[in-house]
Amino acid sequence: MEARLRRLLGTDTFLPYWLLLPTLVFIGVFFFMPLFNAIMLAFRADNGAFTLDYFKKMVADVRFIETLKYTFLLAVTIVPLQLVTALAMALLVNTGFRGSRFFLYLFALPLGISDLAAGLIWLSIFTQHGFLNSILYSLGFIQRPIYFISYQNIGLTFLAIVIAEHWRATAIVLVILVAGLQMISRDYLEAAEVLGARGWKKVWYVILPMLKPSLQSALIIRTIFALQTFAVVLALAGNIIPVLAGEAYFWHFLYRNSHIASAYAVLLMVISIGMTWFYLRFLRSRMEVIRG
Amino acid sequence: MSYPRLLRRTLLYMGVTAFALWVLVPIFFIGISSFTPRNEIYAWPKPIIPSHFTLETMRFFLNSYGVLNSLLNSVWVALLTLSFTLAVGAPAGYAVARFFFRGREAFRLGILVTRMFPTALLAVPLAVTFIRWGLYDTLVGVALIHTAMALPFAVIITTGIFMGVPKDLEEAAMTLGCSRFGAFARVALPLALPGLAAAAMFTFVISWNEVFAATILTVNNRTLPAHILTTIQASPLYFRFAGGFFMILPALFFMFLIRRYLFHMWGGATAER
Amino acid sequence: MAAEIRLENVRKSFGKVIAVKDMDLVVEPAEFLVLLGPSGCGKTTTLRCIAGLERVDQGRVYIGGRDVTELPPAKRGIAMVFQSYAVFPHMTVAQNIAFGLRMRHTPKEEIKRAVKEVAELLQIDELLDRYPSQLSGGQRQRVAVARALVMRPEVLLMDEPLSNLDALLRLQMRAELKKLHREVGTTTVYVTHDQIEALSLGDRIAVMREGEIVQLDTPHEVYDRPATVFVGGFIGTPPMNFLRAEVKSADGKIYLAVGNFSVEVHEEWQGKLQGMVGETLILGIRAENIEVRPTPEEGALPAQVIVAEPLGSQQLLTVQVGGDVLKVATSPELSLSPGQTIGLVLTKAKIRLFDEKTGEALKFD
Repeated sequence: MEARLRRLLGTDTFLPYWLLLPTLVFIGVFFFMPLFNAIMLAFRADNGAFTLDYFKKMVADVRFIETLKYTFLLAVTIVPLQLVTALAMALLVNTGFRGSRFFLYLFALPLGISDLAAGLIWLSIFTQHGFLNSILYSLGFIQRPIYFISYQNIGLTFLAIVIAEHWRATAIVLVILVAGLQMISRDYLEAAEVLGARGWKKVWYVILPMLKPSLQSALIIRTIFALQTFAVVLALAGNIIPVLAGEAYFWHFLYRNSHIASAYAVLLMVISIGMTWFYLRFLRSRMEVIRG
Repeated sequence: MSYPRLLRRTLLYMGVTAFALWVLVPIFFIGISSFTPRNEIYAWPKPIIPSHFTLETMRFFLNSYGVLNSLLNSVWVALLTLSFTLAVGAPAGYAVARFFFRGREAFRLGILVTRMFPTALLAVPLAVTFIRWGLYDTLVGVALIHTAMALPFAVIITTGIFMGVPKDLEEAAMTLGCSRFGAFARVALPLALPGLAAAAMFTFVISWNEVFAATILTVNNRTLPAHILTTIQASPLYFRFAGGFFMILPALFFMFLIRRYLFHMWGGATAER
Repeated sequence: MAAEIRLENVRKSFGKVIAVKDMDLVVEPAEFLVLLGPSGCGKTTTLRCIAGLERVDQGRVYIGGRDVTELPPAKRGIAMVFQSYAVFPHMTVAQNIAFGLRMRHTPKEEIKRAVKEVAELLQIDELLDRYPSQLSGGQRQRVAVARALVMRPEVLLMDEPLSNLDALLRLQMRAELKKLHREVGTTTVYVTHDQIEALSLGDRIAVMREGEIVQLDTPHEVYDRPATVFVGGFIGTPPMNFLRAEVKSADGKIYLAVGNFSVEVHEEWQGKLQGMVGETLILGIRAENIEVRPTPEEGALPAQVIVAEPLGSQQLLTVQVGGDVLKVATSPELSLSPGQTIGLVLTKAKIRLFDEKTGEALKFD
C-alpha cells in the first residue's frame, strides 16, 4: 500500500504538482497572506473589532480627493500616450530596415531603469537650474529660469511627471507589442500585399487587428502599474503631487500608521481590479460587436 | 532608388533617430551631471557642457554616509533574490512547459493575476508580519519580497525558455539510459542555461531597481534605492544625480547583455536557441 | 539479442480520448513490424507505451519475456529513433552517439570503438566532430539511428523516422533501413502513416484505426486481402475500388449484380453465398485487377471513361460505372479518350467481398 502510494506520488501525474508546490507556497505566503493581513489591518481596530474608522480617516484626509484625482489623471494620460508611442516605435522597427535591431534594443533600454532613477534623471532636466532651463536660456527664450516643479506650477509639474514616466515605461509596452508583432506570420502580411494592401492600409486592416491581444495586455499591465506610480513622483516632485502609493508610503513610513497605509493599499488593489475588470468587459464587448 | 522610396527611407530614419534621441538624451544628461563639478550644478546660467569633467561628484556620492553599505546590501539582496526566484520559479516554469496537467491554465492565470497586486499591498502588511518573524530590517526579508515580485516574471520567462527545449530531447535521453532527472540535468538544463542566465539577470535588475518595498521593510539595512529615497529631501542635487546615474549603470549593462532575450521573454511561446 | 515484445490488454487514454484500446500484440524476435494508420489512430502512443514514455492505464508490456510495465524507458532495453531525430544540439555527433553508452558506464575505449563501428555502418564517420547544426536533415537522421543502434538494444523503436526528409532522400533511407535491419536483426517496431513505407519495410504490418489493430498481416496479405473496407481504402495507390453488389441466384448459380450487370463469383464462394441471396455486399477490387476492353462486349462491365492519366509505366483511368467511380490501371499504350465507353473485366480471384454494415471482409475458409 505504502509502496504503491509512493510510486503514485512519483509518477508523471504528480510530478508537475511537486514542481509547482514551491511557487504555490510562495504565492500563498507572500501574496495571499499579505492580502488577507492588509484587509485585516484596514478593517480591524487594535482591540480586534471590525471598524471603518481607518477608511473614514483616509477619506477625510485633506489630500485624499487630490490623491485620487492625480492617480487617475496620471494613469489615463500616460497609458494612451505610451501605447501610441510604443506602437509607432514597434511599427518603425518592424519594417526591418538595416540596423532595426540596434534601434529596437536602444528603444528598450529604459526597461532597465528604475522609477527612482528615472525621476532623478528628469530632475536633472526639469530642476530650477536644470538642462531644460539652460537650453531655453542659451536659445534666448528666457532670462530667468522657469520653475517647472513647484506648487505654483502644478500643471507643469504634472506634465514633468507624465514625461518622465512616459520616457521610462514605454519600453515595456514596446516589448509586449514587438513580441506580438513577431508572432504575426509573414504569410498574412504577404497575402495582404498580394491583395493590394500597402502602407497604412496594411497596418490598419491587418497588423492592428492581429496585434489586438498584445495591445490589450499592454493596456492592462501598464494601467495597473501606472496606478502605482510612486518613486518617479517622489524623486521629481516630492509631495507636490500626491498619489495613492505615495500616501501609503507616507502613512506607513512617516506617520507610522500601518492601518491607514493598508487602507490605501487595499483601495489601490480594488481600483486595479476594477480597472482590469472594466477593460476586459469593455474590450470583450467590442470584440463581440466586431464578430457579430 | 525611386524618389518616393527615398523619401520613405528618409522619413523612416528620421523617425527612429528622433526616438533614439528621446531615449538617449536624458541618460546623457544625467551622465554629464554626475561628472560636473558640484558648484556648477547650481550655477545660473548653467552651461550644458560643464567647464570640466570631474570624478569628485561621484566620489562624494560614494563616500557619503551609508552609500557604500547600502550598495553592498543591494548586491546581496539582488543575488539572494535571483537565487530564491530561480529555485522557486524555474521548476514551476518547467512544469508548465512540459506537462499537461489539471489546473495548468488556472495556474497560468493565477500567475498573471499576482502581477496585479500593488507592491504597497504586499509591503505594508509584510512589514508587520516580518517584525513578528524577525525578518524586519534584514536583507533576507527584502530578498523574499523581491522574490515574490519577480516570481510571476520568472515563471512566465522560464516557461518560455523550457518550451524552447524540445520535449523529444529529454525523452531521447530517457530512452538512452537517463532517469527523468538525469535527462533534465544532462539535456534540458544545458540547453536552457543561456535563457536561465538571462532570466537571472532580469531578476537581478528587478531587485536592484525596487524601492517601495525595500524602503518599507528596512530601517538600518537599506538597499541603495531605499537609501537614496529616504534621504532624498535632505540630499543636495549632485548627490541625487550621481545616485541616479550610479543606479542605472548595472541595470543598463545587464539589459544590454540579455537584449536578445527581452522580446522572447514576453512572447512566451518561443525562446531564442 | 533480439527480443519478443508482447502487449497484453494495453489501454492508454488521455482525458476522455482512448488512444490505445485494450490492445494485444506480439512482435516476434528479429521481426520488423510496422504500425500503420492515419494520424490520431494511436500508433505513436502504442510505440511510446512500449518505450515507457507513456504509462499504460491497464494491461502489461513484456520485452524478452520480462514484465517491463512499471519500468522507466532506461531499464527496458529499448532504443528509439524520434520523428524529430532529437539529436542533442549541444553535443557533437560522437558525443551524441556515445551518450547512451556513457550512461551505462561502458569503458572509454569500448565506447570509442563502438561509436566508430556504428558510424562507419551509417557512413557518418567523417562527421563525428561536427555539431548537429552543421548537419543536413539526412545526416541528423543517420546520427539518430546510429545513436540508437550503438546501444545494441533488444528492441528498436522508430517513430516516423523518414517523415521529415525530402522525397528522394526518403527513398534512399528506406532502402538503407531495410538493409540495416537485415544486418543487425533487432526486433523493430516502426510507426508510419505512409503505406508505401509500410509495404516496403515491414515483415508484418499492423494497420491501426481509432486505437485498435484492424489487421495484422504480411504486407502482401494486407494489400491483397484487406480485412476491412478501411484497410483496402487506406492501403494502395490508388486505393481499392468498392462497388455495391447484390447477391443473386439464377439457374442454381450464384452471381453478384452490380447495377444491371452480373459479375461471376469464384466457385469456392458459391456455397457460402448460397445463404445470402438477396443481401447487399460491398465488392472490392484493386485497379490493377481490372482488365480493360476498348469497346463494350459480352461479359464485360460497361463503363465510361472520365479521365485517362498516363503515369509512365502504366495508365490510370477514372471511369464511371452506374453511380460509382472506379480507378483502373491499364497499359499506357491503350489510347482512350474521355467520354468513351469501354468494358471492364474483373479478375475473379482478386475480388474481395465485405459486409455492407460492418465493413469486414467475408471469410470463405
